[in-house]
Amino acid sequence: MNTGATGFLQRYEGLAGRLPGDSALRSAAAAAFKTSGLPGGTQQRRIEAWKYTSLRPVAEADFQPDNAPRHEAETVLAGLLLLDAPRVVFADGTLRTDLSVMPPAGFACFADQPDFGTLSWPDREPMVALNTMLARDGAALHVPAGFDAGVVQLVSVATGDGDFHPRHSIRLAKGATLTIVEISAGKGRYLLNTVAEIHVAEGAHLTHIRLQDEAATAFHVSTTYADVATGGTYDSFTLNLGARLSRTEVRVQLSGPGAMVHLNAAQILAGSQHADFTTVVGHAAPGCSSRQTVKNVLAGRSRGVFQGKIEVARIAQKTDGYQMNQALLLSPYAEIDCKPELEIFADDVKCSHGATVGELDAEQMFYLRSRGIPDAEARTILVRAFLAEALDAVADETIRNRLETAVEQWWERQKA
Amino acid sequence: MLEIKGLTASIGDKPILNGVDLTVPPGEVHAIMGPNGAGKSTLGYVLSGREDYTVTGGTVTFNGIDLLDMEPEQRAAAGLFLAFQAPVELPGVNNANFLRTALNAIRRAHGESELDAVQFLKLARAESKRLHMPDDMLKRNVNVGFSGGEKKRNEVLQMAILRPKLAILDETDSGLDIDALKIVADGVNALRGPEFSALVITHHQRLLDYLVPHRVHVLANGRILRSGGPELAKELEKSGYAGMIAEAA
Repeated sequence: MNTGATGFLQRYEGLAGRLPGDSALRSAAAAAFKTSGLPGGTQQRRIEAWKYTSLRPVAEADFQPDNAPRHEAETVLAGLLLLDAPRVVFADGTLRTDLSVMPPAGFACFADQPDFGTLSWPDREPMVALNTMLARDGAALHVPAGFDAGVVQLVSVATGDGDFHPRHSIRLAKGATLTIVEISAGKGRYLLNTVAEIHVAEGAHLTHIRLQDEAATAFHVSTTYADVATGGTYDSFTLNLGARLSRTEVRVQLSGPGAMVHLNAAQILAGSQHADFTTVVGHAAPGCSSRQTVKNVLAGRSRGVFQGKIEVARIAQKTDGYQMNQALLLSPYAEIDCKPELEIFADDVKCSHGATVGELDAEQMFYLRSRGIPDAEARTILVRAFLAEALDAVADETIRNRLETAVEQWWERQKA
Repeated sequence: MLEIKGLTASIGDKPILNGVDLTVPPGEVHAIMGPNGAGKSTLGYVLSGREDYTVTGGTVTFNGIDLLDMEPEQRAAAGLFLAFQAPVELPGVNNANFLRTALNAIRRAHGESELDAVQFLKLARAESKRLHMPDDMLKRNVNVGFSGGEKKRNEVLQMAILRPKLAILDETDSGLDIDALKIVADGVNALRGPEFSALVITHHQRLLDYLVPHRVHVLANGRILRSGGPELAKELEKSGYAGMIAEAA
């Protein structure tokens, strides 16, 4: 029975012993992946965490190793909305120092200093198992105590038909500050399957912006594990624009009192695109707060998914959890699936969740048109307004402007 | 300018307008008064092309062209403007951008060049100053967090910038204090001229003290019951609609 795992496993066996890092961990991951296969790889096996997203198309794509790049990494890179800040560039999963502008300090490369971290669960998550099995390269960023490392861009460019499994590790020591801007794009039919582990120590502050603008024929899977200690903040915003199919999974553990997490996202899809934003927030200490607002704009036959789970441990009193999923359906064929889950064992908590699904507001449309604004332009204004509100979650104005530009470009592409 | 003949309209199965006949010549301001549920707001919506209403009969021509055959944005481009009784909030839409988009859409429809942001802001600031509106109203999102009076003034600002040929004011005076009322009246009076007409829908005589109409029409049960000069408004203020409706029946 083909679960989509065979090709990957054969590759792993061919590479055995030549991959960096803990080989026992890799072989355990391979065993787990052999059992699970790709989520949805067969119809018999259903995994609840992958209820709305099947990677059967990935299984069918049957990726081959070492496909020669068909495009120049430079060309892809030149089309990106980069900031004037250090950037670490991976082309087809491999660090390219010639294309990077390295951060001044605290940077290492997974290939040289393999660090699988301690947070990930390859035995429970098939795509993490796949990554653990095949990861060759990635970024390891360490920000020392009390240091503000500014902005670092983590860029992934794909240039050929293949599968890439970057492995990142980001550690902020006590009171450190960092903004990561993760941009992924490419050309071709490829799978990017990233795993990142993030440690935010006491009082540290990590802002994590993701701009996913992959090729329309690509698959994008990203799994992030974050642990936030006492008084620390993990503030993340994800903008999903590209890829045929994307899955962004974020698992956060609020492990010290007063820790805070924001997992905001906007997904803008057309055609037959599918984007799945899945979160698990564990409140494991008292007085922590979590905020999630996920906005979807869905055109054509696209499908958006938001699964958000909040787990509140018995000791996590005074938890403040908030979750909101909003979807604007621009076509009768678009679909949104929303699955909130609250699991609460403490008795003094404030947790709320909500969802709205709708078309454009008829009264607002009429108001705009009555002022002379043609129908199509009025629609554009209202969709943009909806998105502008989503991007409001990004505090840094320069970064927000880039994201706005990315949305503009997406919009132009739809018109073309 | 505006010629309505035998206009009937319904919402769902419910007829609201039952044969409205009304002519507003160029350069004139006409008031429409009438009790609640008479169809006053419906008339404004039907004229500006709101889709919820079905026109079941009659004709409306605007400067000789068939208004009912046009999309709402085409009506606006032709020079029609409706000041909403309840202006709509547009979260995430900047007021200045909204106004500039509207103005440029109308200019484009007329084959005129569009205004850039600088040219537009100069115009918008001058108009908002004239209407005693704080500058920051242009920077805020359309009608979001505006007080009732601010929303109404924002309608008048839009009218001042878009310079329609026919303005329909749907109870723009409701909820305004006397100072705001004067500002609204001044805004309309400033546009008065041989090429400008207005249809002022109101419950109260008070607005008409500042915005003196050429004609007053009484709308009840979806029909014009009576028409007269400004003195008709004063008469209504004293005796109410009930007598007049009974008399007509």
